[in-house]
Parts: sequence; structure tokens; C-alpha cells
Amino acid sequence: MSELRGRLASWDSMIIVVTAVVVVAASIGVENFGTSTNFTFLVLDLLPIALIALPMTMIVITGEIDLSVASTLGLTSAIMGDLWNRGLTIETIIPLCVLVGALLGAVNGVLINRLGLPSLAVTIGTLALYRGLALVVLGDAAVADFPWAFTGWVTGTIGGGPVPNVLLVLVVLAVAFGVVLHATPVGRALFAIGANDQAARFSGIDVARTKFWLYVVSGAIAGLAGVLWTLRYSSARADNGAGLELAVVAAVLLGGVSIFGGRGSLWGVLSGVLLLAVLQNALRLQDVSGQALNIVTGVLLIASVLLPNIITGVRDSVHRRRRRTVPLKSS
Amino acid sequence: MRIHTTRALAVATASLLTLGIAACGGTSKGDDNGAAGPASTATADPNAAIKEGLKIAFLPKQLNNPYSDVLAGGGEVAVGELKGEYKLVGPNDAAASSQVSYINTLIQQQQDVIGIAANDPNAVCPSLQQARQAGIKIVSFDSDASKDCRDVFINQATTQGIGESLAKMANELAGGEGEIAILSATPNATNQNAWIKVVEEELKKPEYSKLKLVKTVYGNDEDQKSFQEAQGLLQSYPNLKVIVSPTTVGIAAAARYVSSSNYKGKVAITGLGLPNQMREYVKDGTVAKFALWVPSDIGYLAAYAGAALASGRITGAEGEKFTAGKLGEYTIAKDGEIVLGPPTEFTAQNIDQFDF
Repeated sequence: MSELRGRLASWDSMIIVVTAVVVVAASIGVENFGTSTNFTFLVLDLLPIALIALPMTMIVITGEIDLSVASTLGLTSAIMGDLWNRGLTIETIIPLCVLVGALLGAVNGVLINRLGLPSLAVTIGTLALYRGLALVVLGDAAVADFPWAFTGWVTGTIGGGPVPNVLLVLVVLAVAFGVVLHATPVGRALFAIGANDQAARFSGIDVARTKFWLYVVSGAIAGLAGVLWTLRYSSARADNGAGLELAVVAAVLLGGVSIFGGRGSLWGVLSGVLLLAVLQNALRLQDVSGQALNIVTGVLLIASVLLPNIITGVRDSVHRRRRRTVPLKSS
Repeated sequence: MRIHTTRALAVATASLLTLGIAACGGTSKGDDNGAAGPASTATADPNAAIKEGLKIAFLPKQLNNPYSDVLAGGGEVAVGELKGEYKLVGPNDAAASSQVSYINTLIQQQQDVIGIAANDPNAVCPSLQQARQAGIKIVSFDSDASKDCRDVFINQATTQGIGESLAKMANELAGGEGEIAILSATPNATNQNAWIKVVEEELKKPEYSKLKLVKTVYGNDEDQKSFQEAQGLLQSYPNLKVIVSPTTVGIAAAARYVSSSNYKGKVAITGLGLPNQMREYVKDGTVAKFALWVPSDIGYLAAYAGAALASGRITGAEGEKFTAGKLGEYTIAKDGEIVLGPPTEFTAQNIDQFDF
């Protein structure tokens, strides 16, 4: 196990280094990449993925997954459009939408932790269910007449400079999640659950309750992402954010979180999000096609799983030590 | 542990909620939100020379869609004639927001003209406005963006004309009476919905009184989903006489299904399709008749309109005139609309004259 820990820890720091290198290389080598407008676009593009990745990191660390996040985003967006059409004020709608997200997360939480169903199956189910409900709520309509004060704020920057307003939201939440995960008993409990939930239970952690609340937070954040998405594109639609859950999971895994739980860091994940976004942005500026972007993402993901193993293998052969690899057991 | 978690959650929820609380008052639908686009103040100079070396980029709904490819191909030919720089970019999926990042990239690259088929008329608006502020001319085609966000719109045919043509073909193929159904693209495709609305209006006319539109289904412009939806229609409505599919992906999938099933000869397929995709189904008798404008001409016209805009020859105001190469002279109609012309009907007699 210690060997595995070393591997993943090194991947965490490696992804941060790789990301930094890619950012510097793009700034030097790609025309128009380093401009302040482009920075704004980059942040706006990665915002929903980064936000949803915060609670997703915690969930995956506990050995579970939430694939319903993008559908939660879509359903929240649809409800936002519907409430706006009904004449509610935007100031009422926004907190309501975050609450709706939290409720949708609570449904996942109950199914997974009260009824003990596997999170993969449950959240694939609610992925379909919530997207279906979104279509029921808004059908094929798109609601677009949101107030300029709000849509402009989401796409705008602080004082017209290079820093997008929404970056504030992301930074505040990222710091909050980072502190909770890496510097509090709650965070330690999450790692303990992921490493061995039986042991965590014996040491007095209420595993079911903790996981339940994780799903509530995940839903609330997905709801908030739905609000920001809707305002950014000035378009409330039932199909908003379709497919986003895979982008989030990809970033989380690329960021060095073990899909089996128990390992990972939020900073690695945020680097993973940034790395994917920078690659997309830079390659697009170079007129690389969307398919090639997908290929790059795929190769990166596989590399993120392979490389730590290869590095260990090389290190072992250098040390002329033969070890048997420890088979991983899924929880 | 319980206490910690609950407290953490309370803090998290509270902070999320405060994000939603605005400074003062409430804003609801119908309040004047004052989000008008920049008004065009330029004046047209009908004698302005068309500039060479213009950077003209095409952004279809998605790449690798045969229809988009042909359309952009026409744009490429025109940009060649104009001695400009042609570029084709686009997302892999036709989601509302996918195009936004591409528009942003084109702004960074300082293009002169962006030709766009909008997946959603509003989602692309803020970025298109940014592009216009940066001096880029916006030509929408195939599927319009909100009219405040573009300079001109190339309309392949009037919505009315397409809808009438679809209703007329459905009526002919149904023999004047019976059940018909529509297989559309995505539920929020601007053009599809406009045509379907016209078809519904047409069916209220006395000459179509025996025709009954039983259902509209959506194949999302995906082959497999369209195929399944066509299958579902025939299972749900055994007396169905015609499936009208106003999308090239849908009509091909429906024709493929019917040609390989025992519905062949019993159910007619019509709508808007590409001759190359439909040729075999016309030859094997599955499809008697379908229609389309010549798509390469749309891209061709869009490029010429973009060049005329970027050169100052037109501004997008009603009544301005410009010449589009082999297509001849066009006049801009209300709201910056430029109509290509009437759709062409394809049958076994003429289909071999077309290669697209």
C-alpha cells in the first residue's frame, strides 16, 4: 500500500507541474493565448466543470460517484427558465435553484445511503430521470430574456480587467472545499471512508450520513452551476450541460484521485480541470479539430493511469528489486 | 463527526444561498432589462471595392454532418473567388453552448467575417456581440441567431415556402387523405420548428382537411435515434401513410428503415434530403419525392454577403443590393434577411443531375 501511496502522491504533484508547463508553453507558443480576453473565455469555459469537480472529488475519494450532476444542472436550468416565465424575481429564483439542486442531490443520497444501493447504478438512473424531468418542465423551449444585470455580471470581469467575476465564486468555493477536505476532521473522515469504510465505521464515523450530505452538496453545487450556465449563455434549456458529467469525472481522475477511493487531492483535480481546459483552448486557437481534442483528452486520461505504474516499474528495475504488484480491490 | 459534517454543510449551504442574494430589489420578467445590441451606425457605399485577403470563417452547427460539409464547401468556393482566407471550425455536438468557445476563438484570431448556423439563437448572442464590437461581420445562415446579434441572415428559402412545400408533398404522397407524422431534428432547432409550424397551419386549409398530423417526434439529428423514432412511429401508428422529415439525417434514417422493412411501398417518406444520401431510396422506390434548396449555394451566398459587409458595400439595412458571383444580384429584405430562392424538388427523373 505504501508503494501505491507514493505513486499517487507523485502523480498529484506531477499533474500540477505538467499543467504549469503546458500553460507556460501555450502562453509562449500559441498566438492570442496569453491575452486577457482569452483568459476570461478560458475561465468561463472551465467554470462549470471546476465547480462540479469540487464535490465530485470528495465523492470519488469516499469510493462513490455521482453521474447525475450534468442532468441536475440541466433540470435546474429548465426550472430557472420556467420560474422566470412565471414572473418570479431573479433574486428569488437563484437561491431556489440552488435548493432544488440540493434536493435532487438528497434524492441520490437517500437512495444510496438509506437503501444501500450502488451509487453508480443510482446516479446513472437519476442522470436519465433528471434529464427527462427537465424536458417535462421546459420541453423544447428556450428561455432567454434574463436581466442584463445578471447575464452581464456572469460574462463580465472585475472592473473591466482580465479577471472574470465568476472566478471569485470559484476561488471562494475551491478554498472552502480545499480546507474542508485537507484540513478538517471531516476531510480526514472522507479519506478514511474511501480507504476502508468498515474501519471508518468502527472508529465512530457515521458513514451513511456523511455520504448523504456529500450528495446534497454535490446537488447544490450542480444547481449553482446550472444557474451560472443559464446566465452565461442567456439560455435556459432542458439540454444544457448534456455530457458534462464525463468531463468532470475525467478531470477528477486526471487530477490523481483514485477511482477506488481513499486517495486524491483537490489541488490535483483543479490542475486536471485547468490542464484539459488549457489544452482545449490552445488547440482550438491552433485550429485543431474537435475530434483531435477528444483524442488528446483520451490519451491524457490513459496516460494518467499508466504513467505512475511505468514510473514505479522503472524505479523498481533501477533498484533491482522485484516486487509483486499489489492487486487493487474495489470497495 | 455528525456535528462536524452538519455544521460544514450548513456553512456550505448558507454561503451558496448568499451568492444568490442580490444587492437590492427584485427583477422579474417584463422589467426593462436594457440589453440591446450595438446599433449599426455605418453607412453603405455601393461602390466600395470588395477587399481581397478577407479572413472568412464558417461555423456550422456541428462538423462532420454531410449537409454542413456541402454548405461550407460552397463557402470555400466563394472565398476562393474572393481571394480571401477560408476557415471551417465547429463543435462535434450540436448543443446550444458548444459554439460559444469557437466564436471566442475566432474573435481572438481576428477574423473579418464569421458565418454561423446557430444551434440556439440566444446562447451565441453575447459572444457574437463581442465579435461585432471587435469589428467582425456576422452572417448567419441555415439557422438564424437573434437578429440583434448578426448583420445579415441568409435564408435558404422562406419559412413559409418550405412549410408549404412539405405539406404539398405529404398531401400528394398520401393521396389526399390519411395520417402523417413528422420526424424532426432536435426539439429546439429554430428552422425545424418554424417549418413544422407552417405545416400545421397549412393542414388547417380545406384542401388538406382529410390529412391528419398524428405526431411529431425528434431524432436529434442522430442517425440511430432517428431510425428508432421512425420505427416507433410505424409501431404506434399502423395506418400511417407518410413520414415527413425536414432534416437530412432524419429522412435518410427513416428511408433506410422503411426500405428494409415490410412497410416499403405502404408508407411514403418525404421531406428535406440530400440527393446523394437519398439516391438509392429513390431508385428502389422507397422515396418518390423530396425537396431541398441547393445547400452549396447558401455557403456561397453567405461568403459573398460577408465580403460585401466587410468591404462596406452593404451594412445589412433593408433595400441594399449586392452581387453574389454566379448567383447574381440580391436585395436585403426586412431585418437583414437575404432569401436564396425556392427549394428544388427531387424525383427519379431529375435526381441524377445533382451531386451533393
